[in-house]
Amino acid sequence: MSFKNLDTLYRQVIMDHYKNPRNKGVIEDSDLSINMNNPTCGDRIQLSLKIEDGIVVDAKHEGEGCSISMSSASMMTQAIIGKKVEEALELAKIFSEMMLGKEIDSDLDLGDIEALSGVCKFPARIKCATLAWKAMEKGIREAK
Amino acid sequence: MNIKEIRSYFPILDQEVNGQPLVYLDSAATSQKPVQVIEALNKYYREYNSNVHRGVHTLGTRATDGYEGAREKVRKFINAKSTKEIIFTKGTTESINTVASSYGRANVKEGDEIVITYMEHHSNIIPWQQVAIHTGATLKYIPLQEDGTISLDDVKKTITKNTKIVAVTLVSNVLGVVNPVKEIAKIAHENGAVIVVDGAQGVPHLKVDVQDLDCDFLAFSGHKMCGPTGIGVLYGKKSLLENMEPVQFGGEMIDFVNLYDSTWKELPWKFEGGTPIIAGAIGLGAAIDFLEEIGLDAIAEHEHKLAAYALEKMKDINGMTIYGPHDPSKRAGLVTFNLDDVHPHDVATVLDAEGIAVRAGHHCAQPLMKWLKASATARASFYLYNNEEDIDKLVEGLIKTKEYFSDVF
Repeated sequence: MSFKNLDTLYRQVIMDHYKNPRNKGVIEDSDLSINMNNPTCGDRIQLSLKIEDGIVVDAKHEGEGCSISMSSASMMTQAIIGKKVEEALELAKIFSEMMLGKEIDSDLDLGDIEALSGVCKFPARIKCATLAWKAMEKGIREAK
Repeated sequence: MNIKEIRSYFPILDQEVNGQPLVYLDSAATSQKPVQVIEALNKYYREYNSNVHRGVHTLGTRATDGYEGAREKVRKFINAKSTKEIIFTKGTTESINTVASSYGRANVKEGDEIVITYMEHHSNIIPWQQVAIHTGATLKYIPLQEDGTISLDDVKKTITKNTKIVAVTLVSNVLGVVNPVKEIAKIAHENGAVIVVDGAQGVPHLKVDVQDLDCDFLAFSGHKMCGPTGIGVLYGKKSLLENMEPVQFGGEMIDFVNLYDSTWKELPWKFEGGTPIIAGAIGLGAAIDFLEEIGLDAIAEHEHKLAAYALEKMKDINGMTIYGPHDPSKRAGLVTFNLDDVHPHDVATVLDAEGIAVRAGHHCAQPLMKWLKASATARASFYLYNNEEDIDKLVEGLIKTKEYFSDVF
């Protein structure tokens, strides 16, 4: 059996975020709290954001799901903390393009996110990876 | 049963997926189709495609004969008294919705009860929630035992004289439990209620006799029993169907149309508005011929052996949780499970890389998932074309999945 293909999906950094999620939890005095689920598979995320002067000063996630959805939530919160809300939305756009297999050309710091680029080769798992990002986009757009 | 010969009738099984021979273990979601069914569809579209019950031309007559001939095959298959009791629908969901929208809305009122179980598929929950919401009736759940089965004591406690409808699945799509539907029907009738049986996971796998079960309604889907998608059946006792209003109005189902009102055709056509699912019904008829030639009892026995074999092999895998009764005699041919520390999606992805198709998710049974305290599970389901080798590969794949995830951690 060859796990070569699987290794493009389950990279070390993804597994690290899955096992040791960053920014796990709920912000008690959050400005935005978004619940989102993937009704076809049962994945669930609660994302809370603290925004000051148009900057995401804190982000936490809580929920349950597979390695891809949970690591993506961890990486997403890590990537948007300290960014302007517009930049966070821009990252979400970049992320969905990445899921379509497009080349990414951006000045923004992508952090660990690029590790998820292999997901585009597993179409059934794209929804897992985008859940946290959709929650973030929805929350910020509704708050605007 | 000659599994090698049976497998040869399913061309889809003869292929590689991700460089490995396909091991299809997702028949509870949809079964594969034998050449006999594929050819019946092909023949219909190539040779006698035409609309039914209208026109006098030769093709129209052939199509009508094919469509109504399929209805007779279904009648015989479930031992209904009359073809008037066999309504073609697009599947189990539509069948149950027809009963809920027609019989349910007309016969359930405020203060009445509708009784279902914790193990129902969403398609046998939500239609009844809707009836309860619209009529003010109460929806009650028969609880589950520790092993996922239901006890007749609980059935007797839950069904009361206020119960108008009892809706229960014959076989659980998650737990594999086979419910004592005949006994439940008796209790329902003693209390003056009707019983609606979700046969989606039962009818394809074990011999169902509606007169023996004495069920009032039975719903099932063609695509889970070697037939095409888009065709299903609603069986109902004639005395009940005769007093029910149609839920879809239009062509096909009318007798006389006046300017301001109309009258309906007789059973079963008053429930089949619009051009019916002709090819689907003919394909389902071919699937029934195929299954009957092998024999439902032989199929049930084969699946039973596979389930027992799978349970035996899988329980030895370290960190394995198997849901539902561990006693194979209480089960149909599917095993729902979780591996410690590996999410079912990840299990399904790793197995897929090995060419093994299993289902991962909540299986359209969210209340049951809550009862199991699992947000998602993986499920391997078997049918007549599966063999022990498929299960060996599954077990091998699961062991490798565990190794892979302990390596990356």
